[in-house]
Amino acid sequence: MTDIHINIRSKLYPTATTPSISNFKLSLQSNEFICLVGPSGCGKTTLLNIISGLDEDYDGDILVGEQHTQPKIGYIFQNPRLLPWRTVRENIELALDAAVDAAVIDELLELMQLTQAQHSYPERLSLGMSRRVAIIRAFAIDPEVLLMDEPFVSLDAPTARQVRELLLKLWLQRPHTVLFVTHDLREAIALADRLIFLSASPMQVVSEISVPIARDQRDDESAIEAFRQQLLQHHPDIKQLL
Amino acid sequence: MRHYLHLNKCLPTLSALAFLALWQGLAAYLNSSTLPMPEVVAKVFWQACVSGQLPYHLGVTLLRLVVGFAVAMLLGCAIGIVLGRNKKLDAFFDNWLVMFLNIPALVTIILCYVWFGLIESAAILAVVVNKLPNVIVTIREGTRTLDQDLLEMARCYRFGKRKTLIHVIWPQLHPFVMGATRSGLALIWKIILVVELLGRSNGMGYQLHLFFQLFDVASILAYTIAFVGVIQLIELLVLKPLDKKALRWRR
Repeated sequence: MTDIHINIRSKLYPTATTPSISNFKLSLQSNEFICLVGPSGCGKTTLLNIISGLDEDYDGDILVGEQHTQPKIGYIFQNPRLLPWRTVRENIELALDAAVDAAVIDELLELMQLTQAQHSYPERLSLGMSRRVAIIRAFAIDPEVLLMDEPFVSLDAPTARQVRELLLKLWLQRPHTVLFVTHDLREAIALADRLIFLSASPMQVVSEISVPIARDQRDDESAIEAFRQQLLQHHPDIKQLL
Repeated sequence: MRHYLHLNKCLPTLSALAFLALWQGLAAYLNSSTLPMPEVVAKVFWQACVSGQLPYHLGVTLLRLVVGFAVAMLLGCAIGIVLGRNKKLDAFFDNWLVMFLNIPALVTIILCYVWFGLIESAAILAVVVNKLPNVIVTIREGTRTLDQDLLEMARCYRFGKRKTLIHVIWPQLHPFVMGATRSGLALIWKIILVVELLGRSNGMGYQLHLFFQLFDVASILAYTIAFVGVIQLIELLVLKPLDKKALRWRR
């Protein structure tokens, strides 16, 4: 895996007068878990759409190592965006090349506790289950960058926690570079190696903070809360971004 | 509860019997050759079947229907998807569509025969030209309602054009295609008879024209029943199973 460098000089929507992103620079180290935290409407989804290649109308570049190529992307959207007329397994298979090892899918399904549901249609799944299918689909293609756009936002707290723990378990087994967008500072601290705080539009990086909590202590809520308090105390400017 | 379910199943049979009784009653009351009794029509139907006349003419018409329908559906789906996905082309061709939608069927039939002669391909062309705009409009509306989120997902996961068409676009268009199929079959039946009446020497339309000149209402009704039966069979044996298969994912 190689590092990825994002440099967006300006992103201006055709009907807007001011850019929604300007002079945005971010380097992703290989297999790093980064959480982007910023006020709503600041341009986080726009950023993910640019990185994923869905939005090509911007001034800037994205480098994979030294090369100007489109990185291979696994995108977990706010809604799972599964094809309702294909089963869980078919939804995963469709994202993959034809010559994929079925054992890989079996293993992922088991890790995310979905083996039983693999032949069900998405409409018969709970919200938490369909999020897990979307996570498997993104990991299965072995992407260079995994983009996650507030994937747990519509889940109730216990389900969100369960899916988050499963995501972390999967990521620790199969490390990938992750860009995870969230509003929730606790969630960000529980997941990230590095937190990036973003300003309101035009979006810029306000501060970058590494999370010093060891990976095996991320399920300790008191450690996360203590770090959150410490963060808010030392960086009062962050408060207004939440 | 079970009692009601049983009753529901009987209702179609009951309604058919009621229709026959009404027909019988009316025919007995009028006692005229313009409305023959059901049993007279049944007898004529049976004789036409045995003599091979009805199967032959019905077969010829069905063949024209299948060819005309297939060409119109294939072309219509392709053009409809392209227009639904491309705003510039849609803006350019929109007027053409409205024009073709509103040209009377009789005009296109006459023009096809005048321009290309009283030949089989002119007959088929007339059917296609009449049906095509309907299919295009229906599929275009369907394409406009495609879920953009799913299309973005397909782009992001590099589905490619073929995979996107088969797995993302086509299942969403299914209800529109079935709508175009059902309304199309009904429309083509009606047009094809006029096409045959005006310029062919076989087929249902030609036969009906003949019976009209002979004032043979029993034969007209017998042929009508035959093609209503065929449409019902197509619905039961082809369209309903297709619907069931395509919609199996729904709760």
